[in-house]
Amino acid sequence: MNQPVTSPKADAASAQPRLLLDSITCVFGTYTAVEDLHLKIMPGEFISLLGPSGCGKTTTLRMIAGFIKPTAGTINLDGQQISSSVTSLPPEKRQMSMIFQSYAIWPNMTIGENVAFGLHLRKFDKATIAEKVKEVLDTVQLAHLIDRYPAELSGGQQQRVALARAIVVRPRVLLLDEPLSNLDANLREEMRFEIRRLHDAFDFTTVYVTHDQSEAMVTSDRIAVMNKGRIEQIDAPYKLYTRPQTRFVASFIGRTNLVEGTCDGADIAFDGFTMPRGIFAQEDLPERGATLLSVRPQSVKIHRSEPQAGQHCVVRGEMKQRAYLGESWDYIVAPANSSIELRVAAVPSEVFEVGETIWLELDPLQMIPVV
Amino acid sequence: MMRLRNFELSSLVWIVATLILVFLVVAPNAELLISSFRKVDTGVFTLSNYVDAFSNERRLAGFVNSLIYGVGVVFVSIIFAVPISWAIARTDMPGKGLVRATILGAFITPPYLGAIGWILLAGPNAGWINQAWAAIGGPGTLFNVYSMQGLVLVTALYSFPYIFVFTADALDRVSTELEEAANILGMGPFRIIFKITLPLVMPAILAGSIIVFLDTVALFGTPAVIALPARLNIMTLQLWQFFEFPVRAETAAAYAVPLILITVAMVGVQRLVLGRKGYVSLTGKGAGRQLVPLGRWRWPMFGFCLLVCALAVFLPFAALAQAAFSRAWGLGFSTENFTLNNFYLLFSEASSRQIIYNTFTYSAATGFVAVALALIVAYVVNRKLVPFGNVLTALCMAPLVVPGIVLAIGFYAVYAPPPLALYGTALILVLGYTTRFLPIAYANCMAGLKSLNPEMEEAARILGGSRAVAVRKVVMPLLKKSLVGSWLLVFIPASRELSTAIFLVTAKTRVISVMILDLSENGSFEVLAALGFFLLGVTILIVMVGYRLLGRDFLLRKS
Repeated sequence: MNQPVTSPKADAASAQPRLLLDSITCVFGTYTAVEDLHLKIMPGEFISLLGPSGCGKTTTLRMIAGFIKPTAGTINLDGQQISSSVTSLPPEKRQMSMIFQSYAIWPNMTIGENVAFGLHLRKFDKATIAEKVKEVLDTVQLAHLIDRYPAELSGGQQQRVALARAIVVRPRVLLLDEPLSNLDANLREEMRFEIRRLHDAFDFTTVYVTHDQSEAMVTSDRIAVMNKGRIEQIDAPYKLYTRPQTRFVASFIGRTNLVEGTCDGADIAFDGFTMPRGIFAQEDLPERGATLLSVRPQSVKIHRSEPQAGQHCVVRGEMKQRAYLGESWDYIVAPANSSIELRVAAVPSEVFEVGETIWLELDPLQMIPVV
Repeated sequence: MMRLRNFELSSLVWIVATLILVFLVVAPNAELLISSFRKVDTGVFTLSNYVDAFSNERRLAGFVNSLIYGVGVVFVSIIFAVPISWAIARTDMPGKGLVRATILGAFITPPYLGAIGWILLAGPNAGWINQAWAAIGGPGTLFNVYSMQGLVLVTALYSFPYIFVFTADALDRVSTELEEAANILGMGPFRIIFKITLPLVMPAILAGSIIVFLDTVALFGTPAVIALPARLNIMTLQLWQFFEFPVRAETAAAYAVPLILITVAMVGVQRLVLGRKGYVSLTGKGAGRQLVPLGRWRWPMFGFCLLVCALAVFLPFAALAQAAFSRAWGLGFSTENFTLNNFYLLFSEASSRQIIYNTFTYSAATGFVAVALALIVAYVVNRKLVPFGNVLTALCMAPLVVPGIVLAIGFYAVYAPPPLALYGTALILVLGYTTRFLPIAYANCMAGLKSLNPEMEEAARILGGSRAVAVRKVVMPLLKKSLVGSWLLVFIPASRELSTAIFLVTAKTRVISVMILDLSENGSFEVLAALGFFLLGVTILIVMVGYRLLGRDFLLRKS
């Protein structure tokens, strides 16, 4: 996590947004792909649309690009309406560019011709085009392949051509549709940083669609987590992980334990133990009634003997199951007299045996109420 | 206001293309259908045209004969095609390359040319076979080509390649594991053929048979040269006769409608057969197959293939070659009889030069018009630019169910009279051909477009290219092979098309196929053979170009 906790760009609420999606809905026949979606993207911001397949993220991206017309709602680009249910500005007039899942590098043109395509359409003179093509190919380290045909390039190189072709035209918005899903794991990791590097170098407004949370977390200023055609939460990666607002976000971003509890004014009762309500961050919890808390495996500590409670809560329990993953232990523990089972991550040196009696230390500030 | 700004100029192209389809496909067929229900003079609704068309015994016989003819050709074609396709796909028979090449030869031979070769071979008196029979003292004639049997045999020799293509393709795709599974359970190789292999490829055989049947009942050339002298009435000949004086176009229309209905029904059956799940399961892996060792049956099997090849190609072409290089074909092989004059005549006479020029310019033009129209419509349908895509597909494929001669009648009825008065122009021929071969071009363009990732085009658009730019710079270059292939697949049949041409040509717009028919009627077999060889030579050249550009399978492919 090398980004700040909150993005300063996102906070500049007073400025004109680059893109504004206002109650966008998209229906295909009887299937609602996107429902009442709101999204505001500031100039220079890098936003990811993250979600499982079929969540509507690609449909949203294609509506921004102009390939699909929304069923309801409007899209504004720098304050100008470009999409509505009535009409839609054709993609070629939006001054955007896009990187496709298949790269869509034209096999009938050389790398140079591919990259120059958008520049020709923008009526630059020959010398300028040659210069810009050279410059951008240098940036993606492909200058030596300028006269090759795409079929002679590896997947990673084709991906870089797609990047070069998209950024050379200086788009108002850069759209990426799962651009790394066809690459092997190592290359994928490398390209994430490459994409972020290019964004920082050129400061494009970027919308990135992916189903891979680490991709989104490495690249984005803010992530919009989508589920069933709706945005569940938009936040910076750090906040998304530490303060998930919904059950879906909590379990989609990283792993988590979802624990049910009941507030009765002074205490919160869980199955087998209670915690005083006062030690929780007050505003998040209801006064009374049922609540669901997300507890990250890393936030729970396991002790062999009873520790000092302090601001935390200590519960006696039993080690149920364990798995050694190399970088960490994956433990499953159960508080005494409780049907709750918690997954806990521990460093390799903290070894416990199955069946051992242990003490669990729970940090109330890391137990996040979700809906 | 904003709507106007966002209007794509290229939309106009789609609208125009749709209008052209209506003009080419809907108008002639609608006219045909309507006129079949109309009284000639008053125009009121009537069924009398139908009564008239089918009350005459001779006309009824034509209808029945056509059905017998179709079934007979299917039957004989299966006997030729199925053993050969099995032998080539599945056994260690020698000489597979030769057999394949010869079947391709039969495939590209215009059926009427083959039929004329057979007249030289098996004419009742002068035919080679019957002369040889007489020479060894056989009684009467051995085989008279001017008969139903002759008609069926001669047609089957040039239509069995359809069944061959379908069956060989299916056999290639049946996983040998299915046969091995039966083998390991104790079934012998001979029973496996009948219990496992043949049932699996039955849908393919059936599909090929339906094509052969439809092709046969719509055939005009072969019946014209064989059934006419044999005084055998055939539906297509009867349709032709309705246009002799006094012209009875309404009766012809009524006579043609059942033919179209049969075709529609058969195409429906074929779709049903090919769409069944059982056929899909054939798509197994093709690799690592074991060829069936024929043992002592290797050479007899090859002998059978060779016999079919001889009947279809070697014998009739030997007879045609002899005619093409002789002063009079009846005089037999001798140095005095040898001449190149027949070829010389073709190119020295202005009229025949004109005919050759007509044929290839019309066919080339047809190729361009049909492929352009097919590409536009296939694009509109494939990219779902209009909500009525299915209708456009149906329109493009509709000419498939209309026999060429019927289509020509419709064309004649709509576009010969004023205001268009296209009769006698090259345009009416090109348009007629275009309509007739539009399904071939459309199916090919569609297949090409389907194999093209839409993202290729979207990439061009998001970078600022209009739809027209995307099509020109990305779609067309990427589909180059498909488009050239489609053009060839239209050009080849257009260059020998007879049944459409016969109605639409005039003295100035005659084409090779019509000239061959005329020469056959005059008995000028020497010039005819020379012309036939020339046509075939050009075809072979084009097929070879196609092979070089598109690979070995572009013609003998199941589509």
